Order: sequence, then structure tokens, then C-alpha cells
Amino acid sequence: MTPEDSPQAVQVSDLSVDLGGRLVLRGIDLRIRQGEVVAVLGTNGSGKSTLIKTIVGLLPAARGEVRLFGTPVPRFRQWRRVGYVPQRITAAGGVPATVFEVVSSGLLSKRRLFSPLGAAGKQAIEQALEVVDMADRRTDAVAELSGGQQQRVLIARALVSDPELLILDEPTAGVDLASQQIFADAVRDRVASGTTVVMVSHDLGPMDALIDRSVVMRRGRIVYDGPPHASQTHAHVHHSHSDDGPGWTPS
Amino acid sequence: MSLFELEFMQRALIAGLLTGLSAPAIGTYLVQRRLSLLGDGIGHIAITGVALGLLTGSAPVLTAVLVSIAGATAIELIRARGKATGDVALALMFYGGIAGGVLLIGLAGQGAATLNTYLFGSLTTVSQSDLYVVVGLAVAVLVVAIGLGPQLFAVCQDEEFARTTGLRVQLLNLVIAVMAAVTVTVAMRTVGLLLVSALMVVPVATAQQVTRSFRSTFVTACIIGVLACLAGIVTSYNANVAPGATIVVLALAGFVVAATVGTLLRRRSGRARPLADEEPEVGVPAPEPHVVSPGHPHAHNPVCGHKKVEHGDHVDYVHDGHLHAAHGDHWDEH
Repeated sequence: MTPEDSPQAVQVSDLSVDLGGRLVLRGIDLRIRQGEVVAVLGTNGSGKSTLIKTIVGLLPAARGEVRLFGTPVPRFRQWRRVGYVPQRITAAGGVPATVFEVVSSGLLSKRRLFSPLGAAGKQAIEQALEVVDMADRRTDAVAELSGGQQQRVLIARALVSDPELLILDEPTAGVDLASQQIFADAVRDRVASGTTVVMVSHDLGPMDALIDRSVVMRRGRIVYDGPPHASQTHAHVHHSHSDDGPGWTPS
Repeated sequence: MSLFELEFMQRALIAGLLTGLSAPAIGTYLVQRRLSLLGDGIGHIAITGVALGLLTGSAPVLTAVLVSIAGATAIELIRARGKATGDVALALMFYGGIAGGVLLIGLAGQGAATLNTYLFGSLTTVSQSDLYVVVGLAVAVLVVAIGLGPQLFAVCQDEEFARTTGLRVQLLNLVIAVMAAVTVTVAMRTVGLLLVSALMVVPVATAQQVTRSFRSTFVTACIIGVLACLAGIVTSYNANVAPGATIVVLALAGFVVAATVGTLLRRRSGRARPLADEEPEVGVPAPEPHVVSPGHPHAHNPVCGHKKVEHGDHVDYVHDGHLHAAHGDHWDEH
């Protein structure tokens, strides 16, 4: 375990988020130190995706605040330190785009306006595609790939900027086992080089072994925050109808 | 005298060339954002702008630019604030623009004939000063569409991700809306306000029948746009028909041809290259139901050096000429 005073990658204090008049998150407190690998678990509607989206600044906080690397998100500018993998491709746009083109968007946090993609950028894209085993599909249209392959492209897009904090929203949902394994390998490499990882999931699959802390959410609150063990990742998340399963420490 | 020596035809061809380039350039981003009809909405707003120009006695091109930029900004803000969805915001613009235009034209005491030259284009009346305005606006649109290409692509492809790379998404969305407004005004003299959207969308739809990348779609759409405009202008001169309508009809004919060719091409490449999950079936013996590899001591992993084969929902490893697949604590023969 890293000592308490080590630098914080993510700092969520007293966070409440309001979506269309409904409080989806209520008073969340969460600190994630650099180098930690945290899984955010919970059923559909527990608020885990909302939490992730608020952390990366896609949703505004109704109360409280989120800090990334010590800076409040509305003022945070060092987006090159963050890699975000949204839940599936948001919409494979109305115009075809190749795997290479989609991954190159991941470098925009490092690119100046009106400047072409340099050789270093191209190399980074090739490497990221290599990691997710999609290098031979670089000129294929994204829309023609399978769900798992599209998700791998999105992972490559997040990895290409060499982020210090990797945030994944349901990376394994509906993804075939082969892709899940490739994912887990890619994330393991990043973890080994000190990247902080926060992932939302309701089924971790091959990622399970990488997690060193899990946070379980229910109805917009954190109901468990601690070391992972099988009973949490499976039994409780999948059977959350009962309100007080054994092993919970309601906060 | 050939038509290329006529001064008004030279101006018409230059205006056509620039429209053919800039309309599909911005159109590619609109189609990618699934806002194909934005150009049409702005075209209606521009009618009010033209009418305002006629009423106040100032240049209609100038008032049309200003009013359509204001309208495009409004639609973008309405959409971004979530006050209405994109298509409802568009509908509001359609009605407001055309009603305002007709009202103001009436006040200005101008007949339908004047308005018609803007609604359907009037290439032959493009003056030297009109041409300068068109050149300036078209160059500005092209510089932005190409120079900010990577940023605009990211915003149109996946707005949420674009925001997490620190891009100023709302500003870029406004840039797209303003560029669309400027393009509409550029195209006003060639194809007219009612058909301008066709020149933004049809070449893009045509190009993507045969392309796989965003960049090649962009370039191909611009080429198609230029060809349709130039061919349309020449044809309309020779056959003495309306240039705007001729350009659009030619572009649509191109789409029909491309769609047919694209379907044939895809069918051929589909035969040559099966879908990924069909591939392992080629040359691989049919999977046997659960044959456990007897005492297989080697645990395969992605870097063990054995060739990997994707097989349905798992990975097989080629080992001494047969396939091993992980199954619980042992290895299956596949």
C-alpha cells in the first residue's frame, strides 16, 4: 500500500450530481492515489458511470468538487495526463473513419492547432494499435469492426497519449473473451509502468486479477470501499436486490 | 465565341469551382455529426438575410452572411443548452427564416423575381465585387476546414471524448456552424439557397459509397462537388436551363452511379475477404466437442510464442500442428 501522503490522482469530495432534477450521486468521497488500480462496481443505475463522467468533467457537480492531480476539474488543463475510454463508441459518425484516424484523435491533447501529425505521433499510434492487437486493421473502417474490436480501438485511442491516469467506463461490457484478455494485458502493462487506473464495470472478467481496490456503489452512494475479494465482485454486484448483503459496511 | 471567353461565364465558373470545393468540405463534418440538414436550415435563415439587405438597400450577400451566422450560432446554442434537440432547433429555423424572408420582401416592395435569383441561384449575374466576396469567404472556409481538420473530426466523431482531450468543444461546434453559414452564402449565387444543402450533403454521400477513411471521403467529396458544379454550369449554358438545378441533378446522378458501383465492389471484396469471425474456419479442422489435451504441461499466454488464432469467443494457440484452447484448469484440443 502506498502511504497516505502520496500524491492523489483523483480526489472527490462531498460530490453530488443532479441529472434532470434527480440526485444521481449523493455525497461521494473518494481518494485515488497515483498508481492505484480501482474498480468501481455496482448495478445499473447505481451511479457508477455518472461518477466516472463527472470525474472527467463531462457532467457538472451540483455540490462538492472533483480534483484531478490536485486541480479542480473545471480549471484542469493538463488533459494529456488523462486517458478516457467511454462506454462503447459514442456513435460511429455519419462518415466512415479508419482505425488509424480514430486513434489519432487521442493525440489531440498534445497537438497544436493547424499543425500536422508528426512522425512521433504516427509512431505512438502504431504502438497503441500494436498493444491492442489491431495493427493489421489500421486502414479498416471502424464501423465495419466487431464490438470487441471497436472497443479495442477506443482503448488504443486512450493509450496513445501515454496517460498517467486511465479511466475506463465498462470496458468489458459485451466484449468477447479474446478482446477482454487483450484489454487486461494492455492495462497490466500500463499498471506496471505506474499508471493509475479507474474502471467501471459490473463484470470484471480477466481484469479481476489486476484490481487492488474496489469501490461498490448503490443508489448514488459508496457502500463499500476496500480490498477486493471474490464475494464482492461477484455475489453482491449480481444479486443486489437484498439491501444488506453480508460483508457490507454501509457508509 | 466559346463560353470560356465570356466574362460572365468565367466569373460563373470561378464561383462554381469555389462552391464545389467549400460546400462538401464543411458538409463532410455536418454529415459526420448527423446534422445533414443544418445547411438547409441556414439556407432558410439566409432568405431573411437577403430580404433584410433588399429592404435596407445594403448588399444582400453581406446581410445574408450576418443573419445566417446569427442563426447558425442560435441553433448551436439551443442544441448545446439542451433546450431542444438538433432537429427541433432546425425546424424552428426553417419556419422562422422563410416567414421572416417573405415578410421583409413584401415590406421592401420587391417581387418574387428578385427573391428567386437567391432561392435558385443566378450565376450569370455574378458581378466582379460579388466574386471577390465569394473568393474571400470560400478561402476562409477551406483554411478552417482543412487546418482544424483533426480537431473538427474529433468533435464530430465523439464529442464526449473530444472534451476529455481538453478541446474547446463548444467553440469548435460554433466554428462548424459559422462555417456552414458562410458556405451557404457562398453557394447562394451558384445553386441558390433552396438547393445549397444538396451540395453539402450529396457529394459526401456519394464519396462514402466507395471510401473507408474520413480523409479520403473529404477529398473525394470535394472533387465530386467541383465536377458537379463545373459540369452543371457548362450544361446549363448549352441547354439553357437553370444552373442550380442542373448541378444538383448531376450530383444526384453521380450518387446513383457510386451507390451501384459501391454495392458491386463491396460484394466482390466480401467474397474475397470473409468477416473476421469466419476466418478461423478456413483450413482449420472442425472443432471437436471437448477433447482434453492429455497432460499438456505448457500454459499458453499471449507472449508464449505460439501462433494465436481467434476462435469465436476465445483464443486458440497453435501447438505442434493442432489447436489448444484454455478451458478451466486444462487445455482442450480444438
